[in-house]
Amino acid sequence: MRVIATMSGGVDSSVAAARLVDAGHDVVGVHLALSKAAAASGRSKGCCTLDDARDARRVADLLGIPFYVWDLSDRFRAEVIDDFIDEYRRGRTPNPCVRCNERIKFAAVLDRALAMGFDAVASGHYAQVIDGPHGPELHRGIDPTKDQSYVLGVLDRDQLACTLLPLGGDRKEVIRDEAESRGLLVARKPDSHDICFIPDGDTAGFLATHVGAAPGAVVDAESGEVLGTHADAHAFTIGQRRGLDLRSPAPDGAPRYVVDVDIDTSTVRVGRAELLDVDRLEGEHLTWTGEPVGEEARPVGVQVRAHAAAVPASLRVTAGRALVDLLEPIRGLAPGQTAVFYDGDRVIGSATVDTTHRQGSA
Amino acid sequence: MERRIYLDHAATTSMIPAARTAWLEQSQQSGNPSSLHSSGRERRRVVEEARESIAASLGTRPSSVVFTSGGTEADNLAVKGLYWSALRSRGASRIAASSVEHHAVLDPIIWLEEAQGAAVTWLGVDAVGRVDPAEVAELVADASTIALVSVMWANNEIGTVQPVHRIAEICRAAGVPFHTDAVQALGHLPMDLGSLAADAVTITSHKIGGPFGIGALLVDAGIQATPVLHGGGQEREIRSGTVDAPAAAGFAVAVEHAVQGQQARARQLVTLREELITGIVNAVPDAIINGDRGIGAQERLPGNVHVSFPGCEGDLLLMLLDAAGIDCSTGSACTAGVPEPSHVLIALGRDEAGARSSLRFSLSESTTPEDVAAVVAVIPGAVERARRAGAPASRVG
Repeated sequence: MRVIATMSGGVDSSVAAARLVDAGHDVVGVHLALSKAAAASGRSKGCCTLDDARDARRVADLLGIPFYVWDLSDRFRAEVIDDFIDEYRRGRTPNPCVRCNERIKFAAVLDRALAMGFDAVASGHYAQVIDGPHGPELHRGIDPTKDQSYVLGVLDRDQLACTLLPLGGDRKEVIRDEAESRGLLVARKPDSHDICFIPDGDTAGFLATHVGAAPGAVVDAESGEVLGTHADAHAFTIGQRRGLDLRSPAPDGAPRYVVDVDIDTSTVRVGRAELLDVDRLEGEHLTWTGEPVGEEARPVGVQVRAHAAAVPASLRVTAGRALVDLLEPIRGLAPGQTAVFYDGDRVIGSATVDTTHRQGSA
Repeated sequence: MERRIYLDHAATTSMIPAARTAWLEQSQQSGNPSSLHSSGRERRRVVEEARESIAASLGTRPSSVVFTSGGTEADNLAVKGLYWSALRSRGASRIAASSVEHHAVLDPIIWLEEAQGAAVTWLGVDAVGRVDPAEVAELVADASTIALVSVMWANNEIGTVQPVHRIAEICRAAGVPFHTDAVQALGHLPMDLGSLAADAVTITSHKIGGPFGIGALLVDAGIQATPVLHGGGQEREIRSGTVDAPAAAGFAVAVEHAVQGQQARARQLVTLREELITGIVNAVPDAIINGDRGIGAQERLPGNVHVSFPGCEGDLLLMLLDAAGIDCSTGSACTAGVPEPSHVLIALGRDEAGARSSLRFSLSESTTPEDVAAVVAVIPGAVERARRAGAPASRVG
């Protein structure tokens, strides 16, 4: 196959490209220049700095494959960064990595690759594409601490059919050792955790700059008592505990969490952890990686963030909306988060959460 | 590695055998040309003979040849050196240059403007990228404020030849120093510096079949240029640093070759160039040939073909041609692999998408009609694919 290997300059995508070359594919390495701001800052924690482009290029040199940088920064700004800002402006909590996979890596890049005569796009994500009776299936990576099937849960079946994930069958240590034994210079490079377009990790500062500060009151969710003030409602997300700066402790001494952010009035409501428990959620913007689910309820696992366990649930779809009854509550769930549905280790599909129902509330 | 068709000679071209021989021979010797002992004298002799040879080839005096590390350094020395000297000696603080200069001229000027308060006048260009000498004449009417004028001999991207002789005369008559970047012109256009009223001329070795890492600023001994590099006082104290004697020897051979074979080479390249242009336009009817469409060697560099393919990204075309065994260029400056839209095409009035849709092919005497035919055969398919790849994706709404 003719394959575009996306190469971030990190360990994972480097080994992924190397494995594809070994497998006899005709591989071309592509580094995605996504964020001009990150490149200019020269910091190496994100995924698209000058150092990372150089690292990726040096790996391609070693593998003896062609290598190019694709400048998708305009597209990335429009589809991911602006979306991120808009979602926060609406008081929602988006996952930009999910968005990037959905709109950039397995959309803009894949479409471009196919148009140019390539057969597939590969990445170093820890997840597995497995041939099933009805075509390719997306499964969790076997390393539970690294599994990235969640951020790929938005891919549809056409995208999945052109996706190669060479690492999902191994554990991270194996990949690092393999990078070392292959002589890849990036073998001991640290993993990246930050949002790539916020290389200093200061998400609150980024939002204050781009969304604008919305100061307001911090209110007890149960009594309605005003407990204090805050500088910017956008800096708070449901389930957050840090940064509340409340002068008086809760009467029972229990920690208090953000349980709701009302962006219209800039009010942040706080309360006991139990108030965060969600037992029902609804979602829009459905995608299906496997068989679509219909009106008939079906048991699934639901995962709502990249590193969390799936909880058992019952899923049905009505009028293009996912209605999910959770058999165990999820603590802390904000509109805008992506819910990925699993059948065991297999991804079925996803929805963007827009409504949550708290235990005990109507 | 498979046989590749290399059509990026304006980026760099392989060393000619005679230059390689001269360079290799000297690389086996020892001695610093600035040393006073016998080994040093032997070394100095090599450098001075190279200087004399280059001066003779180009119709100038040996004392005018200031060796540098290459074209970029020579351009920096000309722009900054002439500016600083003019500022100090007569308080002139304005630099005028064409808007289509190479970044090695463009960026030092912008730096002088931003960091040192220089005033800058950018000379506009017409639709083929040419400066109007009348605009220069108008500008230098007030000569006392102009530190220097810099206009390249021929453009590295679109190949347009500038009226440097006219502009040089206008500047000389007004008493304004004139610099020209002749990096692309050398070897492709007739070059007799005795008939050019320029005060400083940039040339470099690796573009004409000499070794990397050496170039020269041809600047008359009577012209004051403040050094950029200070140190041991070599090269008339304009450019300190030990001269690379083996590179100078190879450079001199390459300059001689470039000048002697120029006419025959230009005839050969113009023929191939026109074949390539005709082939491309026939294969892709909406392709736009950028630069001067005059079919001679006086208006356009003989080996330059610069084409815009509407609806394509040049990057993707380059990638597809690369996979088909053809090396060419998008012709634009590139840092970290992310190309900016060409300032040259922007100066011609193109929008950003138009500026990004271009490829440059630059030919040499090693290019064959079969190479040209192979490129013409590959281009339509590559253009079609690049157009599809550049079209807005259907699934993303």
